[in-house]
Amino acid sequence: MAPRLEFEKPVIELQTKIAELKKFTQDSDMDLSAEIERLEDRLAKLQDDIYKNLKPWDRVQIARLADRPTTLDYIEHLFTDFFECHGDRAYGDDEAIVGGIAKFHGLPVTVIGHQRGKDTKENLVRNFGMPHPEGYRKALRLMKQADKFNRPIICFIDTKGAYPGRAAEERGQSEAIAKNLFEMAGLRVPVICIVIGEGGSGGALGLGVGNHLHMLENSTYSVISPEGAAALLWKDSSLAKKAAETMKITAPDLKELGIIDHMIKEVKGGAHHDVKLQASYMDETLKQSLKTLLKLSEEELVQQRYEKYKAIGKVSVEDQYIGVN
Amino acid sequence: MLKDIFTKKKKYASVPSDQAKHDVPEGIMTKCPKCKKIMLTKELDKNMRVCMNCDYHFPMNAKQRIESLMDEQSFEEFNQGMLSENPLGFPGYLEKLEKDREKTSLNEAVVTGKGTIGGHPAVVAVMDSSFRMGSMGSVVGEKITLAIEKAKADKVPFIIFTASGGARMQEGVLSLMQMAKTSSALKLFSEEQGLIISVMTHPTTGGVSASFASLGDYNFAEPGALIGFAGRRIIEQTIGEKLPEDFQTAEFLLKHGQLDAVIHRDDMKKTLENLLDMHQTGGDIEWLQD
Repeated sequence: MAPRLEFEKPVIELQTKIAELKKFTQDSDMDLSAEIERLEDRLAKLQDDIYKNLKPWDRVQIARLADRPTTLDYIEHLFTDFFECHGDRAYGDDEAIVGGIAKFHGLPVTVIGHQRGKDTKENLVRNFGMPHPEGYRKALRLMKQADKFNRPIICFIDTKGAYPGRAAEERGQSEAIAKNLFEMAGLRVPVICIVIGEGGSGGALGLGVGNHLHMLENSTYSVISPEGAAALLWKDSSLAKKAAETMKITAPDLKELGIIDHMIKEVKGGAHHDVKLQASYMDETLKQSLKTLLKLSEEELVQQRYEKYKAIGKVSVEDQYIGVN
Repeated sequence: MLKDIFTKKKKYASVPSDQAKHDVPEGIMTKCPKCKKIMLTKELDKNMRVCMNCDYHFPMNAKQRIESLMDEQSFEEFNQGMLSENPLGFPGYLEKLEKDREKTSLNEAVVTGKGTIGGHPAVVAVMDSSFRMGSMGSVVGEKITLAIEKAKADKVPFIIFTASGGARMQEGVLSLMQMAKTSSALKLFSEEQGLIISVMTHPTTGGVSASFASLGDYNFAEPGALIGFAGRRIIEQTIGEKLPEDFQTAEFLLKHGQLDAVIHRDDMKKTLENLLDMHQTGGDIEWLQD
């Protein structure tokens, strides 16, 4: 197995060595089990050491892995009876966003999420998970439907951003995202958002105005990509690694900033190592969120959501103006 | 083309062969218009009128549709005896209606009623294109509106299967206004959280596609169904362009954002059952209680 991520190199090296020794033991009479055991101990320690101290840039790399589980992967493991609904009823069906109805442990819910592909062919269909306006309009249509039928809404966020293209602008990308923020603020049902990969700017937020906002440990959420930030701030996109640290875009950082409610732990080394296990971690969080939110009235849900976003932002007031409007 | 004037058009006369004279009586066999395969009508009916060879969805009449969907013995028809008048004194209209009544043993182009699907109660309206091409006049508009009102009163979902050429010309503006009437009824039903499911079948066009057919919380269609507002010929003449082959098919509409899903007839009952189940209110969920 070739290391895909730089920081994983020592782990992979050790794993390869262990595998070689095991094979050697099998093929010859020499008993190396003591040595193997020793190495396995070392591997466990090394993994702990590496995976518990991931740097922001390491997390960015994990969040961007092609085989990181996507919205449809989690839908498969978290829900039953998923029925996908297509189209914005106006222009098209954007496959960069999927949505529909499903049951969560028997409870009917509406599920919506960005959907990227895992290979080139799939990515052409999914437009790399970068939605056009019709994607956001489809999402809004389904949210309105959930609101009508009193179903909680669960959004999975996983996009590099809304698609920057000519057609997207012609059809009103800004308006589509803005309208979602506006309408989501008024939904009378619980809205739970989980960032599962990359949360790229306004394109992510377009599915992101919720009562609860959770993030997987190795996902990111930011106003701009580290590369974009580096290019804008320091005129050098190769400083992305530095930007990833400075911009505070990882789940632990956002937890500390009070932006997210809960950081959902990941399978050792990243969600891609075991989707099923990862889904079980999310299942618990979703259950807790729904239990809490379904106790609130429609008015309380709207109010709680409003206060959540109102509280975000840091300002100070000069002494002489205190008490003055 | 100039040279066309000089070439003589060949004409062929067709003489029925001996074999054709002893052909099977009409109705026993049906030829699929898509794959041209000839099959026993009886078997086709048993297969819910879906071609065994190429999956082509033949039109279904209202009776067949209701039988294919509703739980046995559960369907109760509404307003069966409601008949059209001839409000504009349109020449020959009443005679045409009479002829279609005989042909279809229906009184009008829509059958409405209440029953259960997989045990879930619902009011359904099923249009039948064999009666005046499923066109909507006063009776169709009124029956659909009454059915929606009934769904509202009973607090059950409303499901409509559309098949229509559009508004009925012979009743003029009265037909046009049925679009507003049925849509208004749906709005009031929807305001009370009423569930609306529309299934567009071949063909759904004009005033019907531009009213209740498009107003479902879920809009579905059968594969290959023709769905659109203006007819292909009118559009081609207006814009002076040839339209693509798949223009205005169910699949075309799905791609253009108008449909939630295209559903094969085999899966129709199950899909509706699941959807009705998903919208059932009440029922305790244990893990939410503690």
